[in-house]
Amino acid sequence: MNERVVICRCEDITEEEVLDAIRDGAISMEELKRVLRVGMGPCQGRTCGSLIRALLARELGVPVHSIKEWSRRPPLKPVPAGAFFQGEES
Amino acid sequence: MRLEQHPILEFHRGRRITIDFEGRNVPAFEGEPIAAALHAAGVTTLSHSVRTHSPRGLFCAIGKCAACVMEVNGIPNVRTCIEPVRQGMRVRRQSAEHPPPGNPENFMPRFHEPETVETDLAIVGGGPAGLSAAVYAGRFGLRSIVVEENYLVGGQLIKQTHKFFGSRSHYAGVRGVDIAAILIREARDTGADIWTSSSVIGYFPEKELGVIRNGRYLRIRARNILVATGASEKMISFPGNDLPGVYGAGAIQTLMNVHGIIPGRRVLMVGAGNIGVIVAYQLMQAGVQVAAVCEGLPRVGAYLVHSAKLLRLGVPILTAHTVSKAWGNGHLKGVEIQAVDSRWQPIAGTEKRFEVDTLGLAVGLSPSVELLSQAGAKMCWVSELGGYVARHDEFMQTSIPGVFVAGDVAGIEEASAAMMEGRIAGIHAARRLLGPSTELDSLHREQAAELAVMRDGPFGEKARLGNQRLLKEA
Repeated sequence: MNERVVICRCEDITEEEVLDAIRDGAISMEELKRVLRVGMGPCQGRTCGSLIRALLARELGVPVHSIKEWSRRPPLKPVPAGAFFQGEES
Repeated sequence: MRLEQHPILEFHRGRRITIDFEGRNVPAFEGEPIAAALHAAGVTTLSHSVRTHSPRGLFCAIGKCAACVMEVNGIPNVRTCIEPVRQGMRVRRQSAEHPPPGNPENFMPRFHEPETVETDLAIVGGGPAGLSAAVYAGRFGLRSIVVEENYLVGGQLIKQTHKFFGSRSHYAGVRGVDIAAILIREARDTGADIWTSSSVIGYFPEKELGVIRNGRYLRIRARNILVATGASEKMISFPGNDLPGVYGAGAIQTLMNVHGIIPGRRVLMVGAGNIGVIVAYQLMQAGVQVAAVCEGLPRVGAYLVHSAKLLRLGVPILTAHTVSKAWGNGHLKGVEIQAVDSRWQPIAGTEKRFEVDTLGLAVGLSPSVELLSQAGAKMCWVSELGGYVARHDEFMQTSIPGVFVAGDVAGIEEASAAMMEGRIAGIHAARRLLGPSTELDSLHREQAAELAVMRDGPFGEKARLGNQRLLKEA
């Protein structure tokens, strides 16, 4: 039986790992992202974002609206690197 | 499994072709996405996760969640839910062990200078909001480009096979899929350029968008931008939540209603709001067993007209129950649910188990705000609207002048509201370029009044309260 609770599918991060990071002192979505890579995969946090916000709020004992968004950077969608280059090889 | 017969839908499948899936010929029909063809052939594991190599399957089916990314013709991370099949296409499951294609030692990348395209109104998202904005702005001579990442246009309307409520200007009595066709035709007639299979990957000041189109990077320099990116399905936490066979309810609707493919034989649905209950009923119409619908809240949220259909067919709706675990070896085999108390704490001894191969999650939507947040628009949390949304004024303009929002990204609501918000944004994009006029002002008043009437109705309360809070913040 699969007992893992997956929070970030792209980077394969479980609820236990997020909770450990919070117990280790992470207090924001941005910190969790930097420590665990959550939200940095091809979906850019579209699936895990609301779960992580809820976990942080619960563990820190604060309302969900007080948890700030993590920073977003382009590219927001999976992009083939070749889209930016001219020619094949040189 | 493909549906051959359906009581209300007809599937117009394209030419029969074959794709190559890991060396095996898989039949497909032109016009369907890769993930759908694989599902029809019984392939539900589309990838393996990066660390534990756990099987992963389709979850959202609209290009948001990236659970379906595969290697297609040698290119990794292709979202197979929005990539159409082509004869002879080579598809395989990617894994961390596959080396990147090409020879990195000989590779000296040189960036190309991206082409820049100018437009009056760049619209991100070709759903009901985006298309309606194109139609209204187009009536005043604005040239617009609609950038849609799916190869199919119409957003979530294309899977909505039920008839809409409301008044004639909201297409009452017309099925969502037919409304999409009307909006696409009207948008094209008013001069909109619709770019399909094109993804906006970033915002750059002043009102420029980076876009990937036909495998090339280019920029759109726009006088106005409308972000109409919709929403994505929420996930919940339980052991086994990443198994293939666990789908967002919207993904089931897309597979079934757009592509004529059923996800499995027996389903448990989580969420007794409108989406969960409608999708459960549509599954039964398609001949799929629905074991039960479970709902965390102590009451059914769906309109009685929808939930009564399920109850008449003998499907139990279990309120104050949540999923406690799911299991399966490579694919979902069963789900356990448990009663919860008023503080959402599970009550021991209330576990119920269901043997199902499909779990549908209809537990709410999150507005797809990434582009707005990256652009630096002021955001705020409004729980009635689904979470973080961009602040906007009554003209749907965000804190960035000339950047508008409409539809679910501005707050989760129905498609009718998305169309009205899109029209308002289109009217004000025109007003910004052309200056005020009595015609524009009266059109705005008309649409704003219709929106207010809708939100004053018995089912508009959440959106009304949410938007009141939002306007106060702006």
